Amino acid sequence: MAKVPVQFTLNGSEEAEFIDSGTTLLNALRDKIGDTSPKGGCHQGTCGACSVIIDGELRLSCLTLAETCSGAAITTLSGLSESGVLHPLQRAFLDTFATQCGFCTPGMIIAAKVLLDHTPNPSRDEVVEALSGNICRCTGYEPIIQAVLTAARANSQNAA
Amino acid sequence: MALALQTFPTVKDANAALKAAGTRYLGGGTLVVRAANEGDVSVSGLVRSTEPVLSAIAVSGGMARIGASVTMAAIARHPELGALAKAVRAVGGPAIRNMATIGGNLFAPAPYGDFAVALLALDATVSTDNGELPIETFLAGRNDSRAIVTSVSFTLPKAGTFRFLKVSRVKPKGVSVLSIAAVLEQAADGTISSARIALGCMADRPMRARAAEKALLGKTLDRDGIAPALAAATEGTAPITDPIASAWYRAEVLPVHLGRLLLT
Repeated sequence: MAKVPVQFTLNGSEEAEFIDSGTTLLNALRDKIGDTSPKGGCHQGTCGACSVIIDGELRLSCLTLAETCSGAAITTLSGLSESGVLHPLQRAFLDTFATQCGFCTPGMIIAAKVLLDHTPNPSRDEVVEALSGNICRCTGYEPIIQAVLTAARANSQNAA
Repeated sequence: MALALQTFPTVKDANAALKAAGTRYLGGGTLVVRAANEGDVSVSGLVRSTEPVLSAIAVSGGMARIGASVTMAAIARHPELGALAKAVRAVGGPAIRNMATIGGNLFAPAPYGDFAVALLALDATVSTDNGELPIETFLAGRNDSRAIVTSVSFTLPKAGTFRFLKVSRVKPKGVSVLSIAAVLEQAADGTISSARIALGCMADRPMRARAAEKALLGKTLDRDGIAPALAAATEGTAPITDPIASAWYRAEVLPVHLGRLLLT
């Protein structure tokens, strides 16, 4: 099958690859580019483990074709920490034990990042709504909600 | 197996390419990429169009025309479509709403397609590359439709006349047990002068509750007034059975939820 070129910015770096037409962004990121932070859970748009940020919007990489992302700016969990320093959301997930098996964590943190980017001081209901497309089978969600609220508080204290 | 995706600048060219066997139109990907991921071998090629009209929202003179590629999120944040906010937010989680399109929702099989239920209650008109169709006619023939949907238009409901309810087991978001949309107009004395009620999950695609609509005419929205409509609610329904609920359960609870919608 003919290969098609794709070019986009991934976590601030230019990426250019030739891929099979119809390859999902999830497979392109994991298998071609080597960013394994988005996870393939259900491949059905149900679990949210593959969540990425495309041009500022939360998307599911398992249902997005890579070639439709040409020219886009994509952020994955790998792009959140800076020179070894964890992002406040990552720190909060560790501190509040919001990670157990860890499989949903990349999607949860990405979904939470989009929320905090638009709503720096969310209510609990807004956090629940923002994470409503992400499934966790370990934690019962409460530690995750607390982690997002904790990160939001930490951000606002740093800003003050 | 990879799928070949063809992108065309115009709907016309995309529609010509869609005539090839095994080809499906790619909107937000939440239906066709999902099907391909699930191993649906009937999908061998994808076609899409980037014609700007597909992404446009136009509201004027009390009418709304929404391009088929407009996402649920774009409808939710549009200042003049606030009346539909509840129905459009019933679709998926935030990521799905950033991807799923209004055109795709018309094709979503039950238990999905909650927004199409709202569009049916609004008596929308579906425009395709092949002409315009009333939504009811469009939904009836959607399995054989090969004309790309370009936009959906409808008269904006008068303030307070549009109601929507989605029942799901998981809070705040889950797959529908059922959904109900209604446009109810009341005369000066409070009696119902016109009613359009649409149901989701009560058949393989959104359907009208005609018997309930008829039973509401001339009645007031109180417990006694709506009783005949509730008694007639399941007439003509053929609910789906899936892991969320059985057909029997859906039929049992429909009158309860219709009552809640009418009395709020």
